[in-house]
Amino acid sequence: MHNHKKGMPAGRQMPKGQTKQMLKRLLAYILKRYKIPCIFVVVLILISSAANIAGTMFMKNLIDDYILPFINCENPDFSPLFKALCIMGSAYLVGVISTWSYNRIMVNVTQGTLRDLRNDMFEHMETLPIKYFDTHAHGDIMSIYTNDTDTLRQMISQSIPQLISSVIMIVGVLGSMIVLNIPLTILTLVMVAIMLRVVKTVASKSGKYFMKQQKDIGKVNGYIEEMMEGQKVVKVFCHEEESIREFEKINDELFDSADNANRYANILMPVMVNIGNISYVVTAIFGSILAIGGFGGFTLGGLASFLQFNRSFNQPISQISQQLNSIIMALAGAARVFGLIDEKPETDDGYVELINAEIDSEGHIREAAQRTGQWAWKHYHKSDDTTTYKKLEGDVVLDHVDFGYSDDKIVLHDIELYAKPGEKIAFVGATGAGKTTITNLLNRFYDIQDGKIRYDGININKIKKADLRRSLGIVLQDTHLFTGTVADNIRYGKLDATDEEVIAAAKLANAHYFIEHLPNGYDTVLTGDGTNLSQGQRQLLAIARAAIADPPVLILDEATSSIDTRTEKIVQDGMDKLMSGRTVFVIAHRLSTIKNSNVIMVLDHGRIIERGSHDSLMSQKGIYYQLYTGLLEQS
Amino acid sequence: MLKTLASQIKEFKKVSLVTPVFVILEVVMDICIPLMMASIIDDGVSKNNIRHVVITGLIMIALALFSLLFGVLAGKTAARASSGFARNLRMAMYKNIQDFSFSNIDKFSTAGLVTRMTTDVTNVQNAYQMILRLCFRAPFMLIFAMIMAFSINARLSTIFLGAIVVLGSVLVYVVSHTFPLFNQVFKKYDALNASVQENINAIRVVKAYVREDHEISKFQKASFNVYAMFIDAEKILVLNMPVMQFVVYACIILLSWLGAQMIVVGNLTTGELMSLFSYVMNILMSLMMISMVFVMLTLSKASADRIAEVINEKSDLNNGENPVHDITDGSVDFNHVSFSYKKESDNYVLRDIDCHIKSGETIGIIGGTGSAKSTLVSLIPRLYDVSKGSVFVGNRDVREYDIETLRNNVAMVLQKNVLFSGTIKENLRWGDIDASDEEIERVCRLAQADEFIRKFPDKYDTYIEQGGSNVSGGQKQRLCIARALLKKPKILILDDSTSAVDTRTDSLIRKAFREEIPDTTKFIIAQRISSVQDADRILVLDEGAVVDFGTHDQLLTRCDIYRDVYESQMKGAEKNA
Repeated sequence: MHNHKKGMPAGRQMPKGQTKQMLKRLLAYILKRYKIPCIFVVVLILISSAANIAGTMFMKNLIDDYILPFINCENPDFSPLFKALCIMGSAYLVGVISTWSYNRIMVNVTQGTLRDLRNDMFEHMETLPIKYFDTHAHGDIMSIYTNDTDTLRQMISQSIPQLISSVIMIVGVLGSMIVLNIPLTILTLVMVAIMLRVVKTVASKSGKYFMKQQKDIGKVNGYIEEMMEGQKVVKVFCHEEESIREFEKINDELFDSADNANRYANILMPVMVNIGNISYVVTAIFGSILAIGGFGGFTLGGLASFLQFNRSFNQPISQISQQLNSIIMALAGAARVFGLIDEKPETDDGYVELINAEIDSEGHIREAAQRTGQWAWKHYHKSDDTTTYKKLEGDVVLDHVDFGYSDDKIVLHDIELYAKPGEKIAFVGATGAGKTTITNLLNRFYDIQDGKIRYDGININKIKKADLRRSLGIVLQDTHLFTGTVADNIRYGKLDATDEEVIAAAKLANAHYFIEHLPNGYDTVLTGDGTNLSQGQRQLLAIARAAIADPPVLILDEATSSIDTRTEKIVQDGMDKLMSGRTVFVIAHRLSTIKNSNVIMVLDHGRIIERGSHDSLMSQKGIYYQLYTGLLEQS
Repeated sequence: MLKTLASQIKEFKKVSLVTPVFVILEVVMDICIPLMMASIIDDGVSKNNIRHVVITGLIMIALALFSLLFGVLAGKTAARASSGFARNLRMAMYKNIQDFSFSNIDKFSTAGLVTRMTTDVTNVQNAYQMILRLCFRAPFMLIFAMIMAFSINARLSTIFLGAIVVLGSVLVYVVSHTFPLFNQVFKKYDALNASVQENINAIRVVKAYVREDHEISKFQKASFNVYAMFIDAEKILVLNMPVMQFVVYACIILLSWLGAQMIVVGNLTTGELMSLFSYVMNILMSLMMISMVFVMLTLSKASADRIAEVINEKSDLNNGENPVHDITDGSVDFNHVSFSYKKESDNYVLRDIDCHIKSGETIGIIGGTGSAKSTLVSLIPRLYDVSKGSVFVGNRDVREYDIETLRNNVAMVLQKNVLFSGTIKENLRWGDIDASDEEIERVCRLAQADEFIRKFPDKYDTYIEQGGSNVSGGQKQRLCIARALLKKPKILILDDSTSAVDTRTDSLIRKAFREEIPDTTKFIIAQRISSVQDADRILVLDEGAVVDFGTHDQLLTRCDIYRDVYESQMKGAEKNA
C-alpha cells in the first residue's frame, strides 16, 4: 500500500508544454493577489531601466557636445555640462529610487505569495483523503513544502524581476542601438546568435551530466541511509571494511558525474563573458573604422555610447541563460506544488448531523445549544421535508461489506457483523488479514465498494464525515503526539476542556501519576512526537486523549502491542476503564487482552473465518485456538 | 574546523591551487581590455589611424581568447577540486563512522549522520568551489582595476576610493544586520516544516478527531510569523541593489564632470575616460561579489562544523595495547558492573550487577521495558564499556581482547535488527564471507528459516528489499538468527529476537540450539516466559538491578515479579489447553 520511492523523487523533468503552462499558472496565482503591486513593479523596472539607458545615451552627448568642441578652447564654458549633469543626476536618482521601490515591493509579493502557497497547500492537504497519505511517501510530500517551495522563492524573488528587467533592457538597448547605428547593431546581433549557439551546446552537455549526478546522489544517499540505519549491525558483525569498500565504489561514481556536471556549468560563465568581450572588441574595431570614416554621421561619442550598449545588451542575455536552469527547476517545483493543491479532496455528501441533545423523561429529543453530555443524530428527510432525531447509542452494523483499496483488488469479502451498544468486538488474525482495514471503513477513511455500514440504523454515507468521526474515538498503535504541552495533547480530544477535565481524563487513563512526575507536570513540552516519553507513557496519553473526547464508540488498533507485559497491565487497566459502557472495536496482538470480548472475529485473507466468544472459539479448536496457544505465527 | 576539513583536500591540492592561478590570469586579461580600448580611441579613432585600430583590436581578441581559455581551465579545475573534496569528505566521515562505538552512534543519531553526509557535504562542496573561483577573482579584480585606474589618472581615481568606502560600509551593515535575522528565520522555518511533517505522520489522528481546522489555524499562525520575519530580514537585504546603483551613478556623474574638464585642459584623453567608466563597474561589482561570498561562506559554516564534528569524533572504544586474539571459552562474568550511557553522570541504568555464567549455559533474561536487559548483554561484545566493575569473557576482561576477535566470538542478534538490500545468501554471508552454500543451509535449518526460504521462488537467491520490507517480521528474525549462527560464536545473544516467531517455531529453534550447539553460551532476552522457561538459569532484572537469578522452578516459588509475569501470560492458556 505504501509507495516508497527511494532517492530522487521521480518526475524532476517536465515536458515543454507543461513548463509554459506552469509559468502561466504561477504568474496568474501571483497576479490574483498582487495585481497592483505587480503593475507598480513593472512600471518601476521600466523607469529604472530607462534611467540606465538614458545614462548610456548621454555618453554620446558628453563626448560629442560637451568635451570635443571645447578641446583647445581658451575659456571653455562648462555651465551647459553642469546643467546636463544635473538633469542626468535627477534621472539617475529617480532610477535608484525605482530600483529600491520595486525590490522592496517584490519582498512583499514574494513572501506573501509563498505564505499563501504554503497556507493553500496545508489547508488543502488537510482535506485530502487518507488514501493520499497512504499512497505517497511522506518524504515526497515533505519535499514539496521544503525543496519545491524554496526553489520557488528563488524564482519569484530573483528570477522573475530579473527576467522582466532583462527583457525591458534588451528591448530598450536594442532600440537605442538601432538609433545609433544599424550596421553595428546587426554585428552585435550576429555575435549574440553565436553566443547563444555555444551556450546551448554547453548547457545541453551540462544538463545531461546533471541528470547523471542527480541519479548518483540518489544512489549515495540511499546507501548511506541504509547503512546508517544498520550501523549497529555492521559493528556487531565487524563488517566495517566491506561496507567502506562498497561505499568507495559509489562515492567514486558520484565524484565522476559531479566533476563532469560542475565542469560544464562552470565553463558556461567564462564562455559567455568572453564571447561578450569578443563581440565588444569586434564592434569596437568596426565602430572605430566607421567613426574614422565618419560614415552616416557616426561620431566618437556615438561609438562610446554604442560600446556601452554592447555591454548592456550582452549582460541581460547571459543573465537569462544562467537563470534558465533554475527557472525550469522552479517550474518543476511549481508543478508539484500545484499538483498537491489540485489533488482531489475528500468528498462528503453526508447531511445527517450530530447534535447536543436534551432528552426528556418520555424520550423526546430536543436540540440543545450547549454541551449536554448526550448526543443525537439530526436526520433531515428530503422526501417529506421532516426532521427526525435519533439518540446516539453506538449500534454498528456491517452488512455484507466488500472493500478493496483499488476496485480490482478486493481485500475484504462479505463482512457481516453486529455490534450492540456497549459491546466489545475484537478482530484477530495474521498481518494482512484485514483487521485494520475494517476500522478504516468505520470512520470512512476509506469508502466501501459494496454493502452497507449502519450506525444507529443510519447508513454512514449519509452522516457528515466530521460528525461521524467525532462520535468515534480511536487509539492507534503509533500514538502520534503533537508538539506542545502534555495538557495540550490531552486536550486534543476536546479543545475547550477545562484543566479539571484534562486531569480527570489523565486519571482515568492511569496517566496522571507519571505526568505529575514529569519536570513540569502537565505543562511539560513534548517535542518530536513525544520522543522524551516512553512508548507506554505515550500510549497512556493517547488513551487520555480519547477519554476526554468521550465518544460512544471506540476503536483500539493494536494499542498495546509494543508495550511489555508489565507496563501493559497499567495501560490495560486504563483502557478497561475507558471501554466500559462504550461500543468498542479492538485489534490486539496479545490475545490475552481481548479474552473478555463479547465477540471475537478471526479474519483470514479478508474473510471472517471464525466468530464467537473466547470460550466457544477455544472449544472449537480452530484457528483461534492455534493462535491463542501460540501454534500459529500472528504477524 | 578549517584544519580538519582542509586535511581532506588531499590529492586535490594541486587542482585546488592551480584554480586561483587560472582565475587570476583570467582577471588580468579581463582588466587589460578597457585599457586597450582607450588606446583604440585615443591613438586610433582620434588620430584616424585604422591600422592601429585593427592591430590593437586583434590583440584584444587574443586577450579575450586567452581569458576564455583560462576561464575554462579554472572552471574545469574548480569542478574537479570541489567534487573531489566532497568525495574525500564523504569518505572520511564514512570511514570514521565505521570506527564509531555504539555510544558514538547514539550521540549523532542515524538521521543526523545521513544529513551530514549528504546535504552538509553538498553545501561545503558549493562553498569550496566558490572560494576557489570567487575568493581570488573579486579581490584581484578590485586591486588590478584600482591599479589600472590610478595609473591612468590618480586624481580622478580617488573618487573610487570614496565609492568603495560608501558601498563597503553599506554592505557590511546589510550583511551584519541580516545575518542574525536570517538565522532566526530559518530556525522558525524549520519549525514550520517540522509541524507539517508532524501533521503528515499523524494525519489519521487529525482526521479521527476532526481537528483539520484547528491544525490549519495553528499552521497559519506559524506561517504568518515566518512571513513577517522573512520580510524584516529581506527589507534590509534589498538595500544592496539600489545602493550599488547609486554609487555607480554617482561615480559616472563625478567622472563626467571632472573628466570633461581634464580632457579639455588636456590632462586626460577621451579613451582614458571611457576605460575609467569600465573600471568603475569592475571595482564595484567585485565588492558586491565579496559580500555575496561572505554571506554564502557564513551560511555554509554550520555545515562545515557539523562535518568536522563527525570527522573529529574519536571512538571511545579502542583496542588496548597488545590485544589478545584468542578466546578460550564462552564463560561470562559480570563483576559488580554499573553502567551509565553518559560518562560523567551517575544516573546508572545498570547497578552493581554481579553474576557468573559458565561456558555452554543457556541464560534467559526477563524484565520490563527500561529494566536495561539489552544494555546488560551489549556489554559482553563490548558495544559499550562499563562505568564501574568489569565484564569477563573466557576469564579475561573484554577490554583486553582485540575488538574484532571478541565480536566474532560473541554473536549478537539485536532487538532492532536490520537486513540489507541484497539476496538472502548475501545477507547471511555477513556472518562468514567464505561460508559454503551447505553451511548456509545448515544454519538456516537451525534457525528454522530453511523451510520458508525454500518456498520463495528464488530460494536462497531471493532479493531482500531495503530494510527487509518484503519478508515478515518472524521471517526476518529467523534470518537474523541464521546470520549470527554462521559466525560459529562461542557466545550467542538473542535480544528479543523471536518475539514475532510463533511459539512452536520458537521452541524448535531453542531445541536446535540445545542439540546442535551445546557448547555455545546462549543469552535469550524475551517477553514471553515460554521462550526462557527451559533455560538453565533465568535472570530477572528490574530497573537496572538483578532481582533474582535461578531456574524456572526456583523463581516461581521465590520471585514475585517472575510469578506475576508468568501468571499473566500463562493462566488463560493453561486453563484452556
